[in-house]
Amino acid sequence: MTTTKFVDIDFSKIDSDRMRLNVGPQHPSTHGVLRLEVELDGEVVTNVIPHIGYLHRCFEKIAENMNYQQVIPYIDRMDYISSMNNELPYVMAVEKLLGIKVPEKVEYIRVIMCELNRIANHQIAIATFGLDAGAFTPFLYLFRDREYILWIFEKATGGRLLFNYFWVGGLANDVYPTFKEDVLNIVKQVRKTNKEIEELLIYNKIFIDRTANVGILPADVAINYGCSGPVLRGSGVPFDLRKAEPYSIYDRFDFEIPVGKGEVGTVGDCWDRNIVRMREMEQSCRIIEQAIEQMPDTGDVQSAIPKKVRPPKGEIYFRCENPKGELGFYVVSDGKDKPYRVKGRAPSFVNLSVLPEISRGYLFADLIVILGSIDIVLGEIDR
Amino acid sequence: MGLLDRLDNPYDTGGIVLGTLEDILNWGRSKSDWYLHFGLACCAIEFMSMNASHFDFMRFGIIPRATPRQADFIMITGTVTLKMAERIKLLWEQMAEPKYCISVGSCANSGGPYWQYGYHVLKGVDRIIPVHVYVPGCPPRPEAMEEGMMKLQSLIDQQAIFRKRKKLAEEEELLQIKQR
Repeated sequence: MTTTKFVDIDFSKIDSDRMRLNVGPQHPSTHGVLRLEVELDGEVVTNVIPHIGYLHRCFEKIAENMNYQQVIPYIDRMDYISSMNNELPYVMAVEKLLGIKVPEKVEYIRVIMCELNRIANHQIAIATFGLDAGAFTPFLYLFRDREYILWIFEKATGGRLLFNYFWVGGLANDVYPTFKEDVLNIVKQVRKTNKEIEELLIYNKIFIDRTANVGILPADVAINYGCSGPVLRGSGVPFDLRKAEPYSIYDRFDFEIPVGKGEVGTVGDCWDRNIVRMREMEQSCRIIEQAIEQMPDTGDVQSAIPKKVRPPKGEIYFRCENPKGELGFYVVSDGKDKPYRVKGRAPSFVNLSVLPEISRGYLFADLIVILGSIDIVLGEIDR
Repeated sequence: MGLLDRLDNPYDTGGIVLGTLEDILNWGRSKSDWYLHFGLACCAIEFMSMNASHFDFMRFGIIPRATPRQADFIMITGTVTLKMAERIKLLWEQMAEPKYCISVGSCANSGGPYWQYGYHVLKGVDRIIPVHVYVPGCPPRPEAMEEGMMKLQSLIDQQAIFRKRKKLAEEEELLQIKQR
């Protein structure tokens, strides 16, 4: 004879409506090998847990085993979309430890290269953001222009993507003779294409419907999470390290900080973050034009390179404005030719941490758009 | 075009093409490979620009697929870390036969710059899955990746389908005879 057992179940504690979904690490829209654990209530996102570490390439351990100059190629590979901008803070940190002052011409070439790379980075960001929202044509236009910028890099440095161009105290080599004309042509081309993109993508009704009022990040939340770059400026905070604490020669140029104003939706939505990138490209063009005008023609780019890089005991934190935000390097020297420790403060890592906060309550399809609007690079997050 | 070269005047008599069934199948297979939409690291950015206007990867008859079950080949574009390695193994096992693998970049070939001190980097993707074509470079140029694709196409062109199966069947028979 069987007996029936009664078990008391507290139905209020059972959460049967939620579904857990894995997005990634292999997924067409996660921008690399990011894995998102998404908790869904129907189609509404209730929680997102990012899992990282699929591209951990041991940068900090490698930096302990390399000379100061040998670390630079690994820094290229951190944020591989904007390598020039990555090299700058590290190189300037070591120069500051050593007490080197680099020649004028080097400073100008560095600024021009960094701003060109910023344009290239934002072109990828906007192109892939358009892809996430379902627009394929702007991707082709922007990548066509990006290729012209890469040709300049290739002519000047020898590399298309990863350069190892900025050395401690100078540059790997001087720029080629027709550099100035090529760069000015690029600026013209970028402006022309940006106008087309504004018609094709930015002010397209479908795109606005997809991105406006989605993923709203209020300014106070952005500051509390430590966001920087276009993510912070999209929320209406005019903070740019190039203006706030001008490094290199950025205090000589006249440019503005574009911020999100909520033109088509609320301040801090995905559309605002995207338009900040769009307008930053124009500002970069302005900086490039001024730098080309002021750049001295003569000068040895390798005159200040030290024979042996052996900084005195000490530590330094130097930060620069990466296209993605504030990139800082904390370098500790113990007086030997290898750094005791190099720590990178990656903007993408910090910006990603705000994703669960801003994607709660939106649809699953919006989560992909929100992730695209943050513009992350996994090489920098995992290092 | 290996097939058309064999004929003296292929179009004269109404476009008759002669060849073995294997040749025709291989010709069709090599010109419509679908790849798994999948990127790992720096090389994936070059892979993106290869898909864009200047290099136009799709003229090889290649279409990205989001799922491994529909993919013919996989391109390992970037550093394979130990955490990612088991996923790649899983993806490879989910793909249907016949399947191919192109290893792009120094990291996927041998660990590349992370070979010596990279404690979390797999030293070559060929340690976990078979690789058919290696493309060197850090990162390789898009042209180099296209060359790798052409190498894969010529590899597929020369592949034996029926002969192999016949040989396998013979071997199986032999095995059964031995077991008796």
